[in-house]
Amino acid sequence: MTLHIGQPQRRENARRHLAGRGRFVSDLALPRMLHAVFVRSPMAKGRILDIDTEAASLCPGVLRIFTAADLNPRCQPWVGTLDHFAGMQSPPMNILAEDEVLWAGHPVAMILAHSRAEAEDAADQVLVDIEDAEPVTGGAPVLLPGAPRANEAADSNLCYETLLETPDVDRAFAEAAHVVEAAFTFGRHTAVTLEPRAVVADYDPASGALTVHHGTQTPYQFQDVYARHFGLPEGKVRVIAPDVGGSFGMKLHVYNEEMGAVAASLILGRPVRYVADRLESFVSDIHARDHDVHGRMAVAADGTILAMEVDDLTRIGAVSAYPRTSAAEGNQVIRLMGAPYRMPDYRGKLSVAFQNKVQTSQYRAVGHPIACAVTEALVERAAEATGCDPFEIRARNLIADDAYPHVSATGYQFEKLSHQACLARLREMMDPDALRVEQAALRTRGIYRGFGIASFVEITNPGATFYGIGGARISAQDGAVVRMLPSGDIHCAISVTEQGQGTETIIAQVVADQLGVAPERVSVTTGDTATTPSGGANWACRGAGIGGETALRAGRQLRDRILTLAGALVQADPATLRLAGGAVVDAASGAPRIALEEIGRIATYRPDTLPHGVDHSLTVAHHFAPVGYPFDFTNGIQGSLVEVDTETGLVKLLKHWVVEDCGRIINPLLVDEQIRGGVVQGLGPAFFEECQYDVDGQLTNGSLADYLVPMAVEMPDIEIAHIETPTQDTILGAKGVGEAGTAAAGAAAMNAVNDALRPFGACLTQTPMTPLRILDALDAALKERTAP
Amino acid sequence: MKVLVNTKVNGTPVQEAVTPRSSLADFLRDDLGLTGTHLGCEMGACGACLVLLDGAPVHACLVLAVQAEGGTVETVEGLTETGAVADLQENFHDRNALQCGYCTSGMLMSAQALLARNAAPSRDEIRDALSGNYCRCTGYEAIVDAIAATGRARAAATESAQAASANTEAAE
Amino acid sequence: MKLPAFEYLRARSPEEAWQLHSEVEGDAVYLSGGHSVVPSMALRLQAPSRLIDISGIADLHGVVAQDNALRIGAMTRHAEVMDNPLVARHAPLLALAAPHVAHPAIRNRGTLGGNLALADPASEFPAAVLALRAEIEIIGPEGSRHVPADEFFLDLYETALAPGEILTAVHVPLPPASRVFAFDEIARRRGDYAMVGAAAQADLEKGMIVDASIAFFSVGFTPVRAKAAQAALIGAPLSRESVARAQASLAEDLDPPDDPGFPAHRRLQLARVLLGRVLNQMETRP
Ligand SMILES: Cc1cc2nc3c(=O)[nH]c(=O)nc-3n(C[C@H](O)[C@H](O)[C@H](O)COP(=O)(O)OP(=O)(O)OC[C@H]3O[C@@H](n4cnc5c(N)ncnc54)[C@H](O)[C@@H]3O)c2cc1C
Ligand code: FES
Ligand code: FES
Repeated sequence: MTLHIGQPQRRENARRHLAGRGRFVSDLALPRMLHAVFVRSPMAKGRILDIDTEAASLCPGVLRIFTAADLNPRCQPWVGTLDHFAGMQSPPMNILAEDEVLWAGHPVAMILAHSRAEAEDAADQVLVDIEDAEPVTGGAPVLLPGAPRANEAADSNLCYETLLETPDVDRAFAEAAHVVEAAFTFGRHTAVTLEPRAVVADYDPASGALTVHHGTQTPYQFQDVYARHFGLPEGKVRVIAPDVGGSFGMKLHVYNEEMGAVAASLILGRPVRYVADRLESFVSDIHARDHDVHGRMAVAADGTILAMEVDDLTRIGAVSAYPRTSAAEGNQVIRLMGAPYRMPDYRGKLSVAFQNKVQTSQYRAVGHPIACAVTEALVERAAEATGCDPFEIRARNLIADDAYPHVSATGYQFEKLSHQACLARLREMMDPDALRVEQAALRTRGIYRGFGIASFVEITNPGATFYGIGGARISAQDGAVVRMLPSGDIHCAISVTEQGQGTETIIAQVVADQLGVAPERVSVTTGDTATTPSGGANWACRGAGIGGETALRAGRQLRDRILTLAGALVQADPATLRLAGGAVVDAASGAPRIALEEIGRIATYRPDTLPHGVDHSLTVAHHFAPVGYPFDFTNGIQGSLVEVDTETGLVKLLKHWVVEDCGRIINPLLVDEQIRGGVVQGLGPAFFEECQYDVDGQLTNGSLADYLVPMAVEMPDIEIAHIETPTQDTILGAKGVGEAGTAAAGAAAMNAVNDALRPFGACLTQTPMTPLRILDALDAALKERTAP
Repeated sequence: MKVLVNTKVNGTPVQEAVTPRSSLADFLRDDLGLTGTHLGCEMGACGACLVLLDGAPVHACLVLAVQAEGGTVETVEGLTETGAVADLQENFHDRNALQCGYCTSGMLMSAQALLARNAAPSRDEIRDALSGNYCRCTGYEAIVDAIAATGRARAAATESAQAASANTEAAE
Repeated sequence: MKLPAFEYLRARSPEEAWQLHSEVEGDAVYLSGGHSVVPSMALRLQAPSRLIDISGIADLHGVVAQDNALRIGAMTRHAEVMDNPLVARHAPLLALAAPHVAHPAIRNRGTLGGNLALADPASEFPAAVLALRAEIEIIGPEGSRHVPADEFFLDLYETALAPGEILTAVHVPLPPASRVFAFDEIARRRGDYAMVGAAAQADLEKGMIVDASIAFFSVGFTPVRAKAAQAALIGAPLSRESVARAQASLAEDLDPPDDPGFPAHRRLQLARVLLGRVLNQMETRP
């Protein structure tokens, strides 16, 4: 009997935030705590000749200044490669630059002072003498033999390359009626979580215990990292992730600064706080994307997509990120190409290149926006070449809803998706025919509107083949401990974590339904390695699907325990009992037999009154790892309506639509807001967000005044609909939803802009689609039209 | 050298010696423990630090604590205690207009100021009033919805109060 | 992003302000709203040893209509510029500019005087006072003087203010009833500094433009008066032809910086588009 799963339950923990009672790491102050600030390389590449800390060490409030020689030996260097990325290289990384600096912002010294302000004062006094070298910042040429290296410790600038192909891909292109192609550039952008990265490392030399308060989405991963890299017993390391002010993948990577805070606390035996300020965030948080993709699509005369061929060059930092690498995004880009379509043949080439910029790595919707934008832009061109409309060509090529299971040309296995149903639903919502009429009428008045659509699949619920197989110590399983308190209330401690997406709420809903109680009676603890079982926590959209299933199964085990105990108490066969309304009831009639509080009371305070041999333990622990498909893919489609001011290049986002299928919806209120937030994180980089570097490798817009994040005025209202295709891999049937919005928003918007610009023959293939790029595209089109 | 500052914070007179370089945000957070005021950029660009100073929202990261001399400061903690934003909070909760919660107190300040000026703002006016409030999580729409709903409810309440008082006047 | 240490002092009169300023020659900074000083110190672009808070000086406060000018005190906050009925009536370009300046909360603190004294070339108000042909009232140890806006903005962040001098007010000549105004800008996001912006006013007699005053911002090191464009408009009715002439002549007026990220020709192109729009707004205004 399902009662609360599927309901728009509000988030209990939201009340604290609304009252200003969030507990973020950046709010934490511990006795004797020191504040850390890092002195950073001003140059993108060079050799450190000298670091003079004398004047700085005399500044008021300064307790200690570390350079590489004092700090690095405390920590085992880390290497960002994975075994299943064959041939991948990445030199080891240390907390502070040893002698080579690798990007503008690379930490070279660490200052510890009684306040952040005093540490900053001292940082200004540290004199760093660096012999600067020509940084590697360019595109494809950096991969040519003999090119200067971004990192002298690497053999070349090639971090990783791979090729995927089907045997018949060349034939498909040779026989195609049309081949459409384009070159795309996807700008570099970054997470800009509103709460910057924050850590308070607290080593207690007396007990040998290290507690790290860490604003992360993956506390268990960090427990393992800290134990191994600092040579501590895992049991002595506790990581606590309280409220986290946004994460989006950015807060699960290993960073020099967090490792530095831990090392300093180990050395000094006092709490060390490091909270990045916004300027530091821009030069130290991972960046994302930065891909040049050349794509081609082979199409039959009737619009059938036969094959795609893509070549993706992605530029990362001077080392690959740890522990998930900087190659995973490119790997997903080439594997997600064409994924929604029946397309039988494919060739995808990936080159991952080092350069002297901030490292890139996983950020919300890893690889998806790129694969989606390339595929959907080529589909649009294919439609044009074959005279189809955007809905028609997709209807022709999307995998039929009854054709599952299906294996994509890139090898992904799809259990069951609903592309055609989503397309049909989007059509109803958008009413493209009416939009076309309006578009034509407005054009006569010099107003250029356009709409675009984009189908997508999203990777969710990853199993151990994602990272574990490559040797990464990243848990694919999750764990929950569910117990009944003496009052009959329920407590669930679970390894998946909360960053505001509502994890705790959905876990309460799931557990509540297993135990026949209201979700208000279920309290949930997350984010502390000392009080919750170990697990993968939140990444790649696994919280609801894997965490939810873990909670469900744990809840059912507790239910069975309660029923067994109740059976003994009321002298009934447990099979004739069930839980409902906070009590054990007769399964057939629903008549109450015994309340949970009564069971709790007896089990806790009067176990002596129980029949001999009856197990009165009301705590269960359960761990669950995904089985069946390697991933549970989700799917959906998005639509975008825009108006382009062709005189200024400014784009107004008028409306956005999403039809999404994330399987069983546990909480529609939360799912919809995950999608909306995700869409805006896709529209940001499509129009505004870009880390701009000059030729010297300097980030020229690294502040919140210069880096343009999407704000309320510029963002559209977003209409959402759902199709529900539960996965059969789990009892719960839920898949992930966190990245769906981001996956296709930019692709739909790019198609919309190009639709608006169609009368001019202009076409954008680069993001962000800035006013100047739009004006450039209009000029280029004009030149082409007027060329003799 | 520290400077003595006299202000009223959330209704309570506060006298503290502060370093002139302390921002009002650092003063509230570090000295008074009012951590509901957040810092996201420390340069006026994100709105996480908004508080009411003499009734108007200001960036606590850009106001020096010493500039609050003689002023009245209200933070999310204070507005919560007085119940002044209880309806906004309820509507934010209903509409799930927050995820990580880091932007929320700033959003409440902007919303409160907007509704004080304009009881029934349009969606565009709401978005405009939030032009300096960054939220990475929600995509804004739920926040706009929650503010619009609060505006409607407040306007309706004022109207019915006015109607009631008109009735009493008529009766007299 | 914490501020470097400094000494904070309050001045109650201009005399006291100069005194405090001269004690630390070249190393003191006046503080009005602080919304430019504080972030620039947080970025450690600036580290004065002394901040002198001038917000308590009575003479810097108030908006009053005098004989033939509106006097707007330097401490008038952007929000008041936006809402004050006297400003709306007598200096509408300032009221029209204000909503484009930053965001609501910034406008609650930033002051007109601070904004003009800073003279950010991307700022709205300097162009508005230029177009309004306002005068800047300055007080210093040498006495008080009025400087026409055209002579106030000298170079990048450089004004006619001598070290230690205080901008006390802006005087906007009261406009004749026939004057029309328009203000607009092209910005990436609401409240951002503009890619290009313009403030314009014109006097019309029997449908003919007899006077025009147009200023651009975000086009160079200072706000720029578009003299050639003004000349192209005067003596003709506001028509498609005269607007086109004015747009064409902008090349003589503006010499925007050539930045690889924003080439000069694009800024000029946007300025032309904007001029067309601003003049069009004037036409449609009653
Ligand atoms: C996030 C953000 C966005 C912004 N966006 C915009 C925008 O879009 N457009 C825009 O125009 N501005 C913008 N601003 C700037 C804002 O308008 C500033 O507040 C204003 O420019 C300066 O005013 P203030 O009173 O804060 O000056 P302060 O910061 O106090 O002072 C600025 C400078 O002027 C000097 N000064 C101040 N008052 C006087 C005086 N009376 N006499 C002599 N010297 C004086 C100071 O010594 C200092 O050098 C923005 C600011 C922020 C933080
Ligand atoms: S912290 Fe004050 S505006 Fe961002
Ligand atoms: S809820 Fe996270 S920033 Fe707004």
